[in-house]
Amino acid sequence: MSTTEFTVEDLKRILREAAGSGDGVSLDGDILDIDFEVLGYDSLALLETGGRIEREYEISLDESAISEAETPRALVEAVNNDLGLAQADPVS
Amino acid sequence: MNGRNSSVVVTGLGIAAPNGLGNRNYWESVREGVSGIGRISHFDPSQYPSRLAGEVKGFVPEEHLTSRIISQTDRMTQLALVGTDCAFADARTQPSEFDEYEMGVVTASSSGGFEFGENELRNLWSQGGQYVSAYQSFAWFYAVNSGQISIRNGMRGPSGVVVSDQAGGLDAIAQARRQIRKGTRMIVSGGIDASLCPWGWTAQLTSRRLSTSSDPNRAYLPFDAEAAGHVPGEGGALVIMEDLASAHERRAPNVYGEISGYAATIDPGAGVESATSLQKAIEQALRNADADPAEIDLVFADAAAVPELDRAEAEALTKVFGVRGVPVTAPKTTTGRLGSGAASLDVATAFLAMRDGVIPPTPNVRIADEYDIDLVSEKRESRAGVRNCLVIARGIGGFNSAMVLRDSNQSSGR
Amino acid sequence: MTEGRVAITGIGVTAPGAVGTKNFWSLLSDGRTATRRISFFDPSDFRSQCAAEVDFDPEQAGLTPQETRRMDRAAQFAVVTAREAAADSGLPFSDVDPYRIGVTIGSAVGATTGLDWEYRTVSDGGRLKLVDHEYAVPHLYNYFVPSSFTAEVAGALGAQGPSTVVSTGCTSGLDAVGHATELIREGSADVMIAGATDAPISPITVACFDAIKATTPRNQDPEHASRPFDGTRSGFVLGEGAAVFVLEDLESARSRGAHVYAEIAGYASRCNAYHMTGLRSDGREMAEAIRVAIDEARMAPERIDYVNAHGSGTKQNDRHETAAFKRSLGEHAYRVPVSSIKSMVGHSLGAIGSIEVAASALAIEHDVVPPTANLHTSDPECDLDYVPLAAREHPTDAVLSVGSGFGGFQSAMVLTSPERSGA
Repeated sequence: MSTTEFTVEDLKRILREAAGSGDGVSLDGDILDIDFEVLGYDSLALLETGGRIEREYEISLDESAISEAETPRALVEAVNNDLGLAQADPVS
Repeated sequence: MNGRNSSVVVTGLGIAAPNGLGNRNYWESVREGVSGIGRISHFDPSQYPSRLAGEVKGFVPEEHLTSRIISQTDRMTQLALVGTDCAFADARTQPSEFDEYEMGVVTASSSGGFEFGENELRNLWSQGGQYVSAYQSFAWFYAVNSGQISIRNGMRGPSGVVVSDQAGGLDAIAQARRQIRKGTRMIVSGGIDASLCPWGWTAQLTSRRLSTSSDPNRAYLPFDAEAAGHVPGEGGALVIMEDLASAHERRAPNVYGEISGYAATIDPGAGVESATSLQKAIEQALRNADADPAEIDLVFADAAAVPELDRAEAEALTKVFGVRGVPVTAPKTTTGRLGSGAASLDVATAFLAMRDGVIPPTPNVRIADEYDIDLVSEKRESRAGVRNCLVIARGIGGFNSAMVLRDSNQSSGR
Repeated sequence: MTEGRVAITGIGVTAPGAVGTKNFWSLLSDGRTATRRISFFDPSDFRSQCAAEVDFDPEQAGLTPQETRRMDRAAQFAVVTAREAAADSGLPFSDVDPYRIGVTIGSAVGATTGLDWEYRTVSDGGRLKLVDHEYAVPHLYNYFVPSSFTAEVAGALGAQGPSTVVSTGCTSGLDAVGHATELIREGSADVMIAGATDAPISPITVACFDAIKATTPRNQDPEHASRPFDGTRSGFVLGEGAAVFVLEDLESARSRGAHVYAEIAGYASRCNAYHMTGLRSDGREMAEAIRVAIDEARMAPERIDYVNAHGSGTKQNDRHETAAFKRSLGEHAYRVPVSSIKSMVGHSLGAIGSIEVAASALAIEHDVVPPTANLHTSDPECDLDYVPLAAREHPTDAVLSVGSGFGGFQSAMVLTSPERSGA
């Protein structure tokens, strides 16, 4: 798993599984730079999302990586950092 | 301050029951004795000695709630959130019409969001602690419905959660009445429960009170010579409670009636069944309502369908009301026993019975000779009306609660 | 509050590091901590590995083997602690009409520990989705519905009056006592056995708090891991225990010559309608609960001599609570001593509210304010007098005790000294 890049589409899928949707802006468009808060995901939803990412990609995210990531772009970058893919373009 | 003896009325009902989702569907079923009991479909019950339950059918959470809420809630909370919406709609009001501190929530629970908890326990033991959901910390616990209802509806007044097994539904409504008398204008109260999952089923089996019959019409037969335990179910009712003056002020269209009396006792010692302590609860509730036994037109029995418990209940009723002194019914035989949802559903049913002057039956029961109670086995229309009802709820552990309800025509001058 | 006044006449406490009220008070007044590495199971795979555990021997505590078998640990705590409170009250229970004695036990998570281990058995380590009922213990129903706790206490003390479990998450301990107080005031009971119990230290609870990073990962230093109001705080330390009280109408307590620890003068609970686990930083709803409780006690906020804080040691709570104190007490918030005993006995979820009521009553009894242990580093957002490290002699006639919990509940209670109540 750990050689695969983590994309915003992966994040969308996991967000939906972890915390559903419906409380904010739709996930369908370009959401990379929209704050999680605006998207309708609170800290609890992001903790659940972070936990699922860690399990699926067999990584251990730095605790501050989740709490400090305000946008999908920041979280995707943090995950790829951990996957050793720091240079990859998160938009893919 | 609304005052210690001011009238507290019910102005909205939100019913989710195995034989009807929504007030109208439920009432149409229950007044005709139509049962919602059947073989369990939520999981394969083949390996268990009891296989019947009252499941709420046709409930599609996605039609009512966002996936954001669904992902963090147990089925009982989903039913409770939708039940609350129904109760507000029935009361022809919405939370935005009240000041946020004027609204409270007091619910009963019996086993919390047990199915959610079961899934997380499975994750824990089969995969490890890091597989436990971030929502587990609150999705399963007993306070979850009160918390989620208050958040969804912006209610910032008094909160409460009581657990007294099956008696809890009445205890919650009594606590809500207390809070309204202390000054809160409106409270959502009652209970909705659901634990029809393999782990919840296993826990209920150990009560040794579950019927092992496979015939939905012969499985839950209180006061019958064939009584051999009950059928569990899911669902219940949430009600909107208001101070009478405040309900009049907002011209509430449905003042179903008043919570006029309540009392609770507990049997002496765990497992010691006693008719005396139940009788005491009934008598105290009547006194609290300032009502004579003769004024009660209808009793909703707890109806355990365990012979010694039926005997104690029949004996207490006979002592208070005399031999066949009052019609007694147990519509819960059409839903199964709903944990903390049972008694609040009986309260809702009683108000519908009072509204329409119809006594819903206890179908399929052939009352055993030993019980001197007037058990209503066929629907009765009451020309004189149903003006005062007594609801009895008993919980495992010896909890006895009794509540007196008065129809709305009498709830003005008190 | 025109109705009857309610007094605490008996106290029982089962706390980490201290079984029995006397031991509990000496732990608090010495400022000792009872947090340690979890010993009930191997916590190595968990993020947070510390807890405040009770060294509890059911047999030594007077339970029969039969009682021990059928009761979850939390129920065992409740019964033992209720017996201590009953004995302490000196009330001749057999002379009181049993229907005038009720029981209200609070618990946030009921028999979670029992359910956790039993699930492991019936599911064969999580392997069986359709769990095997043949392996279920006969008393599993008592774990399933925790009203069994109240039934056990009522049975043990011969109570037959109004009885229930109150389960409002981490405010259960305050709310149970508040509920019982209301029952006496309205005349539904003369005596209430009220308190709370929780014994949540098991893998499922540790895991669920790990998942939201609410508990501290300070595993290398468990004795100093609970750090309310400290700048280096990093979450709460899970605890367990119970406190139970005998509550009576003040006048009848006086007329039988009972020792009165304190009067319960005011109480309120409020929902925050905000979030199941999060708190708004402005502390508005807690301030509202405090305002109503003080109002019910008919006193000016300036009369509060000591604030027994929720002080869980999470970043968010301690800020929220500090804001709530300022909002409700005004300038007095800066003068009144505030402390969190969770620094010593951890956070026992629903039980802690009652344990803190016990600490508050004992502060009145002894005119001593218990400290906040482990408080060394200041936090600019927590700028009140938190009584760091050492207990303080301080005339204490009125105490405000507050709690805050998942589900968005905030509760506040005011206790006053019997002298203030006027003899």
